Amino acid sequence: MTTRRQFLKVSAAVGGGLLVGFRLGAPETAMAAEGGDDSTDAAGVFQPNAWVEMHPDGRTMLTISGSEMGQGAMTVIPMMIAEELDLPWGAFDTRFAPADEAYSNPALGAQVTGGSATVRGFYSTLREVGAATREMLMQAAANRWGVPISELRTEPGVVLHVATGRQAEYKTLVGDAAGLEPPENVFTKDRADFRIIGKPMKRLDSPQKVNGQAEFGMDVRPGNVLMASVERCPVFGGKLKSVETGKARKSANVEDVIELDHGVAVLARDWWSADQARKKLWIEWDEGELADLDDEGIDAQFREGVKKDARPARTEGRGAGALGSEENTLSATYRVPYLAHTTMEPMNATASVTDTGVTVWVPTQAPGSVQQVAAEIAGVSPEQVTVHTTFLGGGFGRRFETDFVREAVTLSKQAGRPVKVIYSRPDDVQHDFYRPAAYNELSATLGDDGMPVTWVHRIAGPSIWSRVAPGMVKDGIDPAAVEGAADHPYQIDNIAVSYANIDPGIPVGFWRSVGHSQNAYIVESFLDELARRAEIDPVEYRRRLLKADSRHIGVLERAAQMAGWGGDLPEGQAQGVALAESFGSYCAEVAQVSIENGKPRVHKVFCAIDCGIAVNPAGVERQIHSSIAYGLTAALSGQITIKNGRVQQQNFHNYPALSIDQMPEVEVSIVDSGQPPGGVGEPGLPPLAPAVVNALAVLTGKPVRSLPIKLG
Amino acid sequence: MARLTINGRSVSLEVADDMPLLWAIRDYIGLTGTKYGCGASLCGACTVHVDGKATRSCITPIASVDGSDVTTIEGLSSGGDHPVQLAWVAEDAPQCGFCQSGQIMQAAALLADNPDPSDEEIDKAMKGNLCRCGTYNQIRAAIKHAARANMAGNDGEEVSV
Ligand code: FES
Ligand code: FES
Repeated sequence: MTTRRQFLKVSAAVGGGLLVGFRLGAPETAMAAEGGDDSTDAAGVFQPNAWVEMHPDGRTMLTISGSEMGQGAMTVIPMMIAEELDLPWGAFDTRFAPADEAYSNPALGAQVTGGSATVRGFYSTLREVGAATREMLMQAAANRWGVPISELRTEPGVVLHVATGRQAEYKTLVGDAAGLEPPENVFTKDRADFRIIGKPMKRLDSPQKVNGQAEFGMDVRPGNVLMASVERCPVFGGKLKSVETGKARKSANVEDVIELDHGVAVLARDWWSADQARKKLWIEWDEGELADLDDEGIDAQFREGVKKDARPARTEGRGAGALGSEENTLSATYRVPYLAHTTMEPMNATASVTDTGVTVWVPTQAPGSVQQVAAEIAGVSPEQVTVHTTFLGGGFGRRFETDFVREAVTLSKQAGRPVKVIYSRPDDVQHDFYRPAAYNELSATLGDDGMPVTWVHRIAGPSIWSRVAPGMVKDGIDPAAVEGAADHPYQIDNIAVSYANIDPGIPVGFWRSVGHSQNAYIVESFLDELARRAEIDPVEYRRRLLKADSRHIGVLERAAQMAGWGGDLPEGQAQGVALAESFGSYCAEVAQVSIENGKPRVHKVFCAIDCGIAVNPAGVERQIHSSIAYGLTAALSGQITIKNGRVQQQNFHNYPALSIDQMPEVEVSIVDSGQPPGGVGEPGLPPLAPAVVNALAVLTGKPVRSLPIKLG
Repeated sequence: MARLTINGRSVSLEVADDMPLLWAIRDYIGLTGTKYGCGASLCGACTVHVDGKATRSCITPIASVDGSDVTTIEGLSSGGDHPVQLAWVAEDAPQCGFCQSGQIMQAAALLADNPDPSDEEIDKAMKGNLCRCGTYNQIRAAIKHAARANMAGNDGEEVSV
């Protein structure tokens, strides 16, 4: 039970002193953003909070306070509200939230979708939203019937008075409920009483995603819009020096050519004409400081940095001082490359700047940032910016950024018309905010029993938080750079993990599972090297290093059991295991792998995840498949290389994505610990690469110390 | 200038001969279900049917389909009830959904040619259609679901669970 006062206080605190997360009245913008029939007479409409709006004619509108980027927000958010509101499943419409602090994710303190936080952040809030709404409907019935509320209960969509058999549909009560004060106390259901949470629910957005009707950012077309294709300086940080635009301007369908700091935009009636004309620009760049940067230079910066600039991220016992004799010590260097996101829908944004304000239509993970950026560029206040979040054709962290919004707003302001910027696929690959590359030196000393007594891990690489929110970086440590490395769960007497923040200048950003995406690979692969040296089974090796009865052990054992670990396998196949905790969930995977034509072939992945209460088990399973595909793509082929300050990859031919014939069979088991929900959009990814390389090492006898995997 | 039939409607387009069918469909005809993902026949997001054949509209010059019959995702069925679409919903296949128009058009063409494809035949027909959300196992299940439905003349739900 939470009292209203406590509830408000808590919400205000996690909102970082901004507006409270739980509003007792609907925000104005929620209405304004949708326009249309919401402007009809609001009499009798019941809007107890920012998420629920119930009409006397029976219509219920739920606001989706997270972006739908494939992870199922549009399904799982209503599940949490409908459970406690006792709303019949499916008897409601949905809309995406406008930019408004009311919709800040309590786990993140901002209106962003990421960090696998949709369920874990909103789990309490949205159930309380549902419960408070239900309570008010019951109160309306209690008043009408002159009975105490304690004698009432609900069935989906109906309030019942058991003693007299009276009942009232919700829609007959909403008019009365609209005049009531929200309840002082909010009770939520016991898990045993759930009707919706914990049941595998099908996605609500499938019908519109199979008939072409789902509107993605790329599909928005305000009247009079111009389509823009932008030539950006190929060298990071470079600027436009001069441009000859004559030929481009004369090209078919071209309406305007606009110079930007970092590039030149061609605006045309259709995007293809803009993109064709762009090839006719004659540009001279000021390439800036990175014009000579290449991969060798980056690696040299990392190697030097790890020696000179490493700062302690975690020290246990005697730390690195406890490294022992050479024959008992194993050392290795691990490297991971920069990675692009390549969401299926390339980056895009549509903006309309007018005298009265700005409207932006954009597939974004951060509507609040979009609002700020648009306001800043257009010179208006944030309240004058309306953000329509569309469906996202993938996010994976790329859509936290606002580079495409900046361009669209800047261009619309200059052109005096709505403008839609679409990145071509090569633009999308070459102007990303990449998963940081990292260089790692590891050493471990084994005791007589073969178990590690000392673990030393030095990391060098760029820092995401240094750009995004420098305050997150403390004592030189970017938590995102060391997550999964500094806090690995293995009990070892002496541990020293250090990090050198080395920024070669390539823009870096959040990429599905962030630091865990590389650190789980490094930690779990090196751990397998130790197990092989000790000639101890890798599952057993981990078990000995983990706390008994931990959630880590729970998933490790489940995955091993699912995979028939240690049993017979088809000729030429081997299994590898890995484990990682991230975003509040615990995940172990066993990959079953062979080598075909000199290349790794992953046949099957067994995944055990403990994500606490699985609100939508069907959604959890899909997110595991998704994380495995995304992680396997990176492990097999993901690599951005730099030459002369430029990204060398352009499109799926040299930055490939996994195809259906490479997709392993996936078996998922949810370990029910009964804990509060953890994340599920990312935790399936970190263990994938190490499970695969650990299996390969069984086949080849050699560790895989850099990604993507190259055999032989 | 090109004349073609799109989803049963005749249209004539005054655009450059080399404009890809994809952009004519999206920016002039105004049907946005067909997606741009790569522009180079590398991802399959733009797949439509040209005279019944699965075709990458991003590399198909409009002039080359003069006189042809083009079907986009919007025209695959009138109510989203083509067996492949129904199977996609039943198997809960989409995630972000951006690749799915192309996947569905490719799968519908496959099943029209081969009503009961094996796993290898599914791989061969579908491997040019990328999905960054990793819905491949659901796509495979949905294709088999649609094949069952076509053959049994029902909705393809498996009888035993
Ligand atoms: S957009 Fe045509 S194949 Fe990718
Ligand atoms: S569903 Fe997102 S790319 Fe396929």
